[in-house]
Amino acid sequence: MLYGMLAFFQDAGAAAGAGAFGQLGAGIGIGLAVIGAGIGIGQIGNGATQGIARQPEAAATIQTAAIILAALIEGAALFGLVITILYKFF
Amino acid sequence: MGLAGMLAWLQGGGGAAGAPTGGGSGEAPDLQGMLMHHLLDGSELEFTILGRGFVIPLPHWEPIHLGGLTIDLSPTKHVVFLVLAAILCLAVFIPIAGAMRKKYNGRAPSGLANAMEAMILYFRDEVVRRNIGHGADAYTGYVLTLFFFILFMNVLGLLPFGATATGNFMVTGALALITLVVVEVSGMQALGFKGYMKTIFFVPPGLNPAMSVLMLVILTPVELLGKIAKPFALMVRLFANMMAGHTLVLSLLGLIFMFASAGIVVVNGVAVASVVMVTAIMMLEIFVAFLQAYIFAMLTAVFIGLIRHHAH
Repeated sequence: MLYGMLAFFQDAGAAAGAGAFGQLGAGIGIGLAVIGAGIGIGQIGNGATQGIARQPEAAATIQTAAIILAALIEGAALFGLVITILYKFF
Repeated sequence: MGLAGMLAWLQGGGGAAGAPTGGGSGEAPDLQGMLMHHLLDGSELEFTILGRGFVIPLPHWEPIHLGGLTIDLSPTKHVVFLVLAAILCLAVFIPIAGAMRKKYNGRAPSGLANAMEAMILYFRDEVVRRNIGHGADAYTGYVLTLFFFILFMNVLGLLPFGATATGNFMVTGALALITLVVVEVSGMQALGFKGYMKTIFFVPPGLNPAMSVLMLVILTPVELLGKIAKPFALMVRLFANMMAGHTLVLSLLGLIFMFASAGIVVVNGVAVASVVMVTAIMMLEIFVAFLQAYIFAMLTAVFIGLIRHHAH
């Protein structure tokens, strides 16, 4: 199975020129970017739920802050998406 | 063994659908072309469903020659929606301002004026005044205009036959450029010329002269890059959020067409699953439209506050 995968990669590189490896790179890149965003937003969720558990009166403030921070982290992942799209289409 | 077989099948069948210049062959639907057609700017307004309906072609004006530059000012799809969002802003807020002055002079408003007043007061107190502090009221107009303009553009893109003007990085780039100019000019005005130069050429106090020169040489490009990176991040964040949602929806719907030749049970199953996911994503998109407009406006207020209170 491993040999099959290696043969596949070599064929992909040889068949369509630089475009194929570029697309592979784009796929791996966006995957890693999304993993990073997932971990980051998970940390925010961790902190937010702990904060609300310790002080339920502050729940609204914590929730607002958590949503804004999640959108900022999402922005970072979408930077990766924009570069990936550049790889795929240009 | 099975994985290698699947990879070989993907490699064989993926060439047709993945080729960058691939026009639709008879069997493989042209997903890439459909995606580009819906996401990118175009020069006609389309009101078609499944090929039926009408298309309004947009006028093509002669390019203007200014010295060496050739500027083409003919309206495109995104320009039409930009102007539509601007007209909506004017049409909503000018009557409300008049009503607040005449009809509700001193009293609490009701109806649309009440709804808008709630949002406007929230922005003035929690976003603008909290972040900018002294002299904040002068920037309330700009921050609120940013918020409502971007909001109307985002929401217009979610309506049927709509196009998202903020899904064009030139539009978000222009908004970010205006924000850059506002932030730097307000910094120059609040700090004076010397204070503003200190934000670029920063030297920590109490260093011997050789180290000071070294710090200057190293830190000045970093500071300049920082000044440009923040509005650049604003531009990319808004553009990518708006485009990503539409790309996801279009790709999921295009999945149905990719399975069209796989038999009636499979394609109906894929269609049901796809439409359910698309509905959920569209609801998330409405939330993201509001949130991204709010974040753009809030970060503008934060940047203005940061440079006015530059404590170095």
